[in-house]
Amino acid sequence: MRLAELDLVHALIDPDIMPGLGMARWDLLVRQARAAGLLGKVGALALDRGLAPHLPVPVWHALEAGLAFADRQALAVHHELRLLDLALSGLGIPVLVLKGAAYVGSGHPAAAGRLMSDIDILVPKSSLGQVEAALMLAGWVSTLRDPYDQRYYRQWMHELPPMTHIRRGTNLDVHHNLLPETGRIRTQPNKVIEDSLPLPGLRCLRVPSQQDLILHSATHLMHEGEWDHGLRDLSDLYSLITSQLGEEGFGSALAERARRLNLERPLFYALIHLQRIFGLKIAGACVAAPGSLIQPLMNGLLEQGFGSFHASCRSPLTVFAQFSLFVRSHWLRMPPHLLIPHLLYKAFKKEKARVEETTAA
Amino acid sequence: MRLAELSSAELESHLAQGLGLVTGPFRFLIQSRLPRVAHGLATLYCDFETGDFDFHDFHVRVDKPFGLRSWFRPQINFWLDDFTPFIPLPADHDMAQLEWGMNWCIAGHAHHYLMLHAAVLERNGQAVILPGDPGAGKSTLTAALTLSGWRLLSDEITIIDRDDGLIVPLVRPVSLKNASIDIIRAFAPTAYIGDTAKDTHKGTVSHLRPPIDSVLAMNRKARARHIVFPRWRAGADPVSKPHAKSDAFLHVANHAFNYSLLGSLGFDLTARLLDDCDCQNFEYSRLPDALAFFEKLVT
Repeated sequence: MRLAELDLVHALIDPDIMPGLGMARWDLLVRQARAAGLLGKVGALALDRGLAPHLPVPVWHALEAGLAFADRQALAVHHELRLLDLALSGLGIPVLVLKGAAYVGSGHPAAAGRLMSDIDILVPKSSLGQVEAALMLAGWVSTLRDPYDQRYYRQWMHELPPMTHIRRGTNLDVHHNLLPETGRIRTQPNKVIEDSLPLPGLRCLRVPSQQDLILHSATHLMHEGEWDHGLRDLSDLYSLITSQLGEEGFGSALAERARRLNLERPLFYALIHLQRIFGLKIAGACVAAPGSLIQPLMNGLLEQGFGSFHASCRSPLTVFAQFSLFVRSHWLRMPPHLLIPHLLYKAFKKEKARVEETTAA
Repeated sequence: MRLAELSSAELESHLAQGLGLVTGPFRFLIQSRLPRVAHGLATLYCDFETGDFDFHDFHVRVDKPFGLRSWFRPQINFWLDDFTPFIPLPADHDMAQLEWGMNWCIAGHAHHYLMLHAAVLERNGQAVILPGDPGAGKSTLTAALTLSGWRLLSDEITIIDRDDGLIVPLVRPVSLKNASIDIIRAFAPTAYIGDTAKDTHKGTVSHLRPPIDSVLAMNRKARARHIVFPRWRAGADPVSKPHAKSDAFLHVANHAFNYSLLGSLGFDLTARLLDDCDCQNFEYSRLPDALAFFEKLVT
């Protein structure tokens, strides 16, 4: 099933179609929304437009449940941000909140009904040690015990190994860059930090500018290979962009910013798929296109990637596309002389763990 | 249409495609190619409504996972739509896995309701909630009351509608574990108890078919009047004592599936429930004593 034809996508674009959908179409929509992590979002849109009383009762109950879950998470995120602010404000450095927590923290419409699994922050690389120490004092600990994994993050990645709070169990990713240090594309996180905006009521927590939120969302989507919530992340971008479309010269300013941060390629692919799937066109957003051979191939792979969240959107090609995108995300992350030993290590470690498990059983 | 009206061949072919089943406010689409699941549904759910529905709250499936394993030590797995939340289990736990899986679907998703971990039954228009710590004898008591003229609303998940604060019946087979299986067989020799699944993580598990009256009344909501904390102790004479409402509130909230998720709504619904109910502890060792106590409670 083509993504642009999904009722789910249509409902995200124009929530007013919801009351006209028949029960059989809702049956599929609710399942797809649940799998994509978009149930709360659809619920939030229905509530915002006052559509809830016009929806079939079991359908509204399903959406309402998704929304209840997301609302609870948003409450927890606000609480967590206050505690993070408390833990880090003594350092005198800017701390940027990224992605979902940034939308929630700044009250952006993209936050409505959105689910998330962790909080992402960005700090200047020079302060990374201080930040990690302050977080540990406040109860966040690194959960990766394998020394290899620790080294992988610390030496090559753009973030510390993931941290978890010992009491609350909340997950935190501490970034010092938007992309890995070893990656093919380099960007300048200091520019994102310079242009960031304070979060009202908090001392050191900030959010990236509207443009940078869009660029980071696109970069994360195209580089991290988390295709299970690819469609959700694309719908984030749809919300982030549509809330800015009225601004004079928005498209050209966004493209200019992407050039400055060297993030044109991820923005290009994001815009193509926003147009193909969500029918969104942005005037003036001229971004340098990749070569004419690679472009159709990438578009095909990405379309499969976006559809991988639910069986009804998968095709026999999906597994191949997922694998290709997985390889691509690693290819972008590391040069071959680092990547090949890394993948070999991971493969043997997995095999070793499997053998040990079988012998124990 | 009632499920019993399907021939076993019809049931199996429906199940292969997906069988619509109504349980309380939820419509499941159940898919399975396992004969034991067909048999389990035919015997435990015979009085339930089935049909071709357009919308289902949950699409579930219990089947063999794909792979070589099915040849030498067969296993089964549970799917919600195309998601597998559990690790595979031995093949003869299939019906138990379907029941657990359906409970998991409800407890993890149905946040229109406040969901308490408690059994609930009704008699004379008064619903009695039985929150049970493990080992308190909640399922045995629920089964015995169910077989003594009480209307079963739920044996595991008490669901409270956020719109009106009433208890919505979620009638399903009553899950019996270990010694309680034989106790209920002895208590009601004519009651239908399904096949047993041995060595599960809960021990030996079997299910009691709910009485047809409870099944047919599954659309009738009830108002809670009593919360009774039962406790079975060998040789004990029946004793009931008031249970402080403040403590009952905390117990109910701590054992709810989604109390904190619902935020202030969870608090309001629980407070309203406690306002409506008398709360007691009840200790017993013999089922007839317990039945007499509960009978008196609602007259």
